[in-house]
Amino acid sequence: MTTHDITLTVNGTDHDLTVESRTLLVHALRDELGYTGTNVGCETSTCGACTVRLDGDAVKSCTALAVQADGAEIQTVEGLSTGGDLHPIQQGFQEEHGLQCGYCTPGMMLSAADLLEENPDPDREEVREALEGNLCRCTGYQNIVNAVQNAAEQLQTAPGGQQTAAADGGERPGGTRPSSDHRSDGGAELDLTADYPTGDGGGSE
Amino acid sequence: MSIDSVDPDDVDAADILGSAIERREDPSLITGDAEYTDDIELPNTAHMAILRSQYAHADIKDVDTSGAEEMDGVIGVYTHDDLAREDTPGELPFMLPVAWLLPSLNAVDHPILADGRVRYQGDAIAVVVAEERYLAHDALDEIDVDYERREAVTSPSDALAGDAPELHAEADGNVALDWEIGDESKTDEAFADADRVVEFEADNQLLIPNAMEPRAAVADYSPGTDELDVFMTTQNPHVHRLLMSGVIDHPEHKLRIKAPDVGGGFGSKIHHYADEALVAWAAKHLERPVKWVATRSETYITDAQGRGHETTAELAVSDDGDIEGFRVDTKANLGAYLSTFAPAVPTYLYGTLLSGQYDIPAIHCSVEGAFTNVPPVDAYRGAGRPEASFVVERTMHLAARELDMDPTEFRRRNFVDSEDFPFETQVAVVYDSGDYEKPMQEAKDLVDYESFRERQAQAREEGKYLGIGFSCYIEACGLAPSELAGQLGAQAGLWESSVVRFHPSGTVTAFCGTSDHGQGHGTTYAQIVANELGIPYDDVEVVEGDTDEIPHGMGTYGSRSAAVGGSSLVKSAEKVVEKGKRIAAHQLEADPDDVEFSDGRYRVAGAPDRSMGIKDVAAQSYLAHDIPEDEEPGLEATSFYDPDNFVFPFGTHVAIVEVDPESGEIEFERYVAVDDVGNQINPKIVEGQIHGGVAQGVGQALYEGAEYDENGSLLTGSMQDYAVPKAEHIPEMETESTVTPSPHNPLGVKGVGEAGTIAAPQAVVNAVSDALEPFGVDGVEMPMTEERVWRAVNGQATADGSGERGDSDADEGGER
Repeated sequence: MTTHDITLTVNGTDHDLTVESRTLLVHALRDELGYTGTNVGCETSTCGACTVRLDGDAVKSCTALAVQADGAEIQTVEGLSTGGDLHPIQQGFQEEHGLQCGYCTPGMMLSAADLLEENPDPDREEVREALEGNLCRCTGYQNIVNAVQNAAEQLQTAPGGQQTAAADGGERPGGTRPSSDHRSDGGAELDLTADYPTGDGGGSE
Repeated sequence: MSIDSVDPDDVDAADILGSAIERREDPSLITGDAEYTDDIELPNTAHMAILRSQYAHADIKDVDTSGAEEMDGVIGVYTHDDLAREDTPGELPFMLPVAWLLPSLNAVDHPILADGRVRYQGDAIAVVVAEERYLAHDALDEIDVDYERREAVTSPSDALAGDAPELHAEADGNVALDWEIGDESKTDEAFADADRVVEFEADNQLLIPNAMEPRAAVADYSPGTDELDVFMTTQNPHVHRLLMSGVIDHPEHKLRIKAPDVGGGFGSKIHHYADEALVAWAAKHLERPVKWVATRSETYITDAQGRGHETTAELAVSDDGDIEGFRVDTKANLGAYLSTFAPAVPTYLYGTLLSGQYDIPAIHCSVEGAFTNVPPVDAYRGAGRPEASFVVERTMHLAARELDMDPTEFRRRNFVDSEDFPFETQVAVVYDSGDYEKPMQEAKDLVDYESFRERQAQAREEGKYLGIGFSCYIEACGLAPSELAGQLGAQAGLWESSVVRFHPSGTVTAFCGTSDHGQGHGTTYAQIVANELGIPYDDVEVVEGDTDEIPHGMGTYGSRSAAVGGSSLVKSAEKVVEKGKRIAAHQLEADPDDVEFSDGRYRVAGAPDRSMGIKDVAAQSYLAHDIPEDEEPGLEATSFYDPDNFVFPFGTHVAIVEVDPESGEIEFERYVAVDDVGNQINPKIVEGQIHGGVAQGVGQALYEGAEYDENGSLLTGSMQDYAVPKAEHIPEMETESTVTPSPHNPLGVKGVGEAGTIAAPQAVVNAVSDALEPFGVDGVEMPMTEERVWRAVNGQATADGSGERGDSDADEGGER
């Protein structure tokens, strides 16, 4: 089996690894690098449990090859939060009971991040449409929609250029994202590919 | 009407029970810290893959594993014969057990690897263990199986017809079970005297559970101690421990089953499958850790499926609208073998609920269970109760139409009166408490029923077809008591066990034998225990899902956890409080009878300055320098709580839809759910469970169904073929509650996990039927695809020909 030496930058940390041609990105992330927050649900790009962001785009890592991601910046769920502080999207899911078993949740949140970057104030229909690539079997989706709208609201009401997690001015623990360049033009645009925190990805290197 | 969740820090201790506090489970799940089975990586782990039959029914002439065995990195390849050679003594080695033995049951052999015959697509033939995951799957391709194919049968009525291919020599005519309940002659009399008879005929299609996390197991064996640890996706670790110990002949006390985080179950992770037993056996055999993770396509062909009923029913009614008798005949699909609890599902969990919310004076139900060439069929969310509720509530809809009565008025007229509880039905159960008019009235008010009918009439004139569908469901949760279950054939008790343990520093760990897989037990159980002990919520830790930590347990299924597990925790906490009272009385130099306990403090009656907090009592109990002479040190208690009876949640769900008769499209306008699950420990979690349940019920009504071709090959074998609903497929749900506490447990709770799935399908089917009344359509076969709706409107059979049954009945009040 042909192997390839590749570099994956996961949540800001560079990892050099050797993979087979056929190694799926999700297996490289999970089995080689220990980012087990990304889950495998269907292996057909249908359920979205394995969604990660690759150079800013939400992709299904169960049908992407690791070699295709050589040199790319990847964000997994472990890279959403900042040193123990929850990201507004994570807070939204917590506050709105937007998860039950939690298996689909990492992928769901990364798709939500993708949505909010493009559309900072989605209506309920828009959220439902944007999440069509992410299946959930527990919640009936309603509280997931609430969670995404809650996150959008937190991001919208963040004071002056800061992405603040809490709508109440940040009293909840860990509301503030560290970097101001996640936001542009007064909108609550999320740029999760640039300068996002490394978090504790469980990287094995 | 959505409930806002609250931070536990913002809730007064006295209000912790019943508060919608945020789940403590979430932080690990939303940060990626959660540990599901496939996340467990033990050193030197080997990977297992399973060769599954590509045919639904065939004899196996030969299995040639030499190609796989020769591959570098393949550690072992095993077939049935290999297992037989490795066998330790025992009459039926490596056979999967059935844990509910009905008197009429044909409990056929179920080897964990096929013994000369495969009976469904997915039946396991051989396993490969290899150094790497991909390699194990590669090796499957190198195993040659010489099949001689047999004719297959997938529907229960076809299987029970005399000319069907026979699956098991020991099950003549493919009869797995033949069962009845109710009074046949009394029912016959009711029909003989009836003004009218309303007929109903419909299938309740086979469903695939689709927990988001596929089943998986990691086993680790220590030869020095003979200890075998199995981490696996399970809803009931102790039951798996018991069953697995028999299947692989390993002593139960040296077998540990641990459920890490579990990504949903919906019933599919209750049952004991071959796969997890094979992992455990392989780890023991090879003396190194072995991991197996099902692919999604494996889950489609091996997870026990749900429903699979073909039913005809008749309702005897008077011209005034009084129900006089109900007769139900069901053919149930049980698949190729009997899964763990399969015999109970279409019988005791189904026939006993056919009285619905109604006072029906005579009921008779007969059920024939059939072996067919599909995967085993067992409990899936609701398990028997959705099938019963579907039959009852579709029949009520049809009866009201036949009588030209308002469907709510017809139901109201026949409801069990709120003053008649406890109410004994004609199908052997006693409803605990209820007030069935309340949720129906509330639901009618919410949808403004009177004005809806005006709106509907107006819309019809404009060529728009609105419909409203009601589902006044009842379910039975917290199956009990054990003695009764034993009389009915259960091979397990239905109690629940717990331990409440104070630590010397004053915090508490609560252990419970139920096993969370998304329900939030860590939160709700901590609410219960903190409330009972009067200590801060954050001081209570909850532990579940590990047979080494928890003395015993039956697991989480059948919406039993709060009613039975929660009640067990109450009992344990009460024992702790009682022991604490004796110690406090000793220390306060008072008679225990004079000591009162409230809000976490022991107080001497009439002497307010003489008091002691329970945490201080805990510290003293462990210090043990000054406790009563006959008292043991420490402060903890265990209970095995066996409820007196089931609990019976109920409610009314209402769907309002618009159907386009030209395209067959169905669009939701409203979905309103008013549920009565008794007292609520955490209303936010209750709401979430209702949402999720309704989504699965809507999925059954509109999208989901396992389809097989004539060879028994699954046509809906992936998420691209089987329509698990997406966010845009599920309507916004409006949820409200009434509260009728159950008198059968100390919490007054009833059970909520399955309510939505039980209630929803018939609400949606009835709504579509109501919308299409002008076209003479009184029902559409589930899943109600656009094609099926269009064909119903146009009086045509469905494309697969199965609609013929319905067509012939279209003018007779039948449905399809």
